[in-house]
Amino acid sequence: MRPLSYARATDVDGAIAAVARRDDGAFLAGGTTEVDLVRQNVLRPGLLVDINDLPLNRVEDLPGGGLRIGALARMSDVARVPGVVARFPVISQALLLGASAQLRNMASMGGNLCQRVRCSYFRDAASPCNKRDPGSGCAALGGFNRGHAILGTSDKCIATHPSDVAVALVALDAVVHTRGPGGEMAIGIDDFFLLPGDTPEREHPLEHAELITAIEVPGAPVARRSVYLKFRDRESYEFALVSVAAAVRIQDGTVAEVRLALGGVATKPWRARRAETALLGRPASAASFALAARQELAAAMPRPMNAFKVELTQRAMVRALSTLTDGEA
Amino acid sequence: MNTEIISPPVERGPETGTVALIVNGQARELRIEPRVSLLDALREHLGLPGSKKGCDQGTCGACTVWVDGRRVLACLTLAVTCEGREVTTIEGLSPGGELHPMQAAFITHDAFQCGYCTPGQIMSAVALLDEGHVTDDGQIAEWMSGNICRCAAYPNIRAAIREVRDAAGGE
Repeated sequence: MRPLSYARATDVDGAIAAVARRDDGAFLAGGTTEVDLVRQNVLRPGLLVDINDLPLNRVEDLPGGGLRIGALARMSDVARVPGVVARFPVISQALLLGASAQLRNMASMGGNLCQRVRCSYFRDAASPCNKRDPGSGCAALGGFNRGHAILGTSDKCIATHPSDVAVALVALDAVVHTRGPGGEMAIGIDDFFLLPGDTPEREHPLEHAELITAIEVPGAPVARRSVYLKFRDRESYEFALVSVAAAVRIQDGTVAEVRLALGGVATKPWRARRAETALLGRPASAASFALAARQELAAAMPRPMNAFKVELTQRAMVRALSTLTDGEA
Repeated sequence: MNTEIISPPVERGPETGTVALIVNGQARELRIEPRVSLLDALREHLGLPGSKKGCDQGTCGACTVWVDGRRVLACLTLAVTCEGREVTTIEGLSPGGELHPMQAAFITHDAFQCGYCTPGQIMSAVALLDEGHVTDDGQIAEWMSGNICRCAAYPNIRAAIREVRDAAGGE
């Protein structure tokens, strides 16, 4: 690991100022991605500002049934908050199906949203990678891309966004709150994650020294019946090949309300809006679910190694919706 | 924000400096750079080689220790971030030289072959009992999945955990 300086912040504005005054400054929260990538020479900060003592770790209920999740709340702690388990099971499940118990004890919610891709060409610090070294090319396009994205790709980058809980948060229209040198911002989570396009190095709209302070989840009664379904190469402690966050309300046998988002298949946590639109007002049946899933995946751009994801994603969507509506169709 | 009245925290490093840690209940001071991991600090600077370096990238769990009573990965933790926090390693699991019941159960059930992952397995297993994720083998397997055993001693590791669970009257 390259030499670096360290500072431990005691208040939010001090942390922001410390990062702001150095171009090579960066925040350090749980460190589970960051320390790893600094050691690999993929990230090269000269100063790490430790924000773990900042008072941003509470999870509070909001009026109207929502949640305010402090950016430094740990994955393991958020997963067991009674209000999360009862009102947003999809969040709790997504958290507990991610990483390992040790990593969940370390990783913060804000850091989870900022985690970097698992593409091996990004992480090897040697291959051409437009995300790590803009303009250098994309080794994954013609390389080993079995785990890569089929939705939201560009000819510059096909890396899959790795987060599980972000998929649930995208389905729930969460809002990311930030504070930085320019003041405070509230960013809808679907806008927080950027498609790679021609600038895959830019993954979110945060400016230098802008810190995530909280994630708000609006009240959503539909989420009481929600599920996070994850398929992977091994049963535990693995990133998703395909995952689905789903919530649905059935009325008189038809879909009255539905939230769907996909993980493991797209360059950002993927809100499946085409499928949602296709489902509204339709019978809660396997046939409707399959049709909606097919419409969502019509835009897929598979490659030979990851073409299996097109079918697997559709089956996962049908399974998630069927699980939630079992007995109501 | 009003930048006039804000004082950023003091920068330390990149040169070697003094870092004060509390490890296994003892105050320790060491001279390290900020980039030194907790794992290297324990093994190379404090004479505590029980925590193992398997992958050094957060994949294997061999370096599992407790920070403020929570199981974490020492390889992805910078030592300097542990100032003011309590670090517990396998060497501090059972002060006084007696084996911890989990250590004894690992021996009874032959819960290892090469033994390299064992300190991490045991630090996770004891934490697992505190967390209460030991209802059945499926739950034990899921919540122990962050500790890889290349010798695949998993059935015996689960047997050791069950024994300690049952001896404690737990579920």
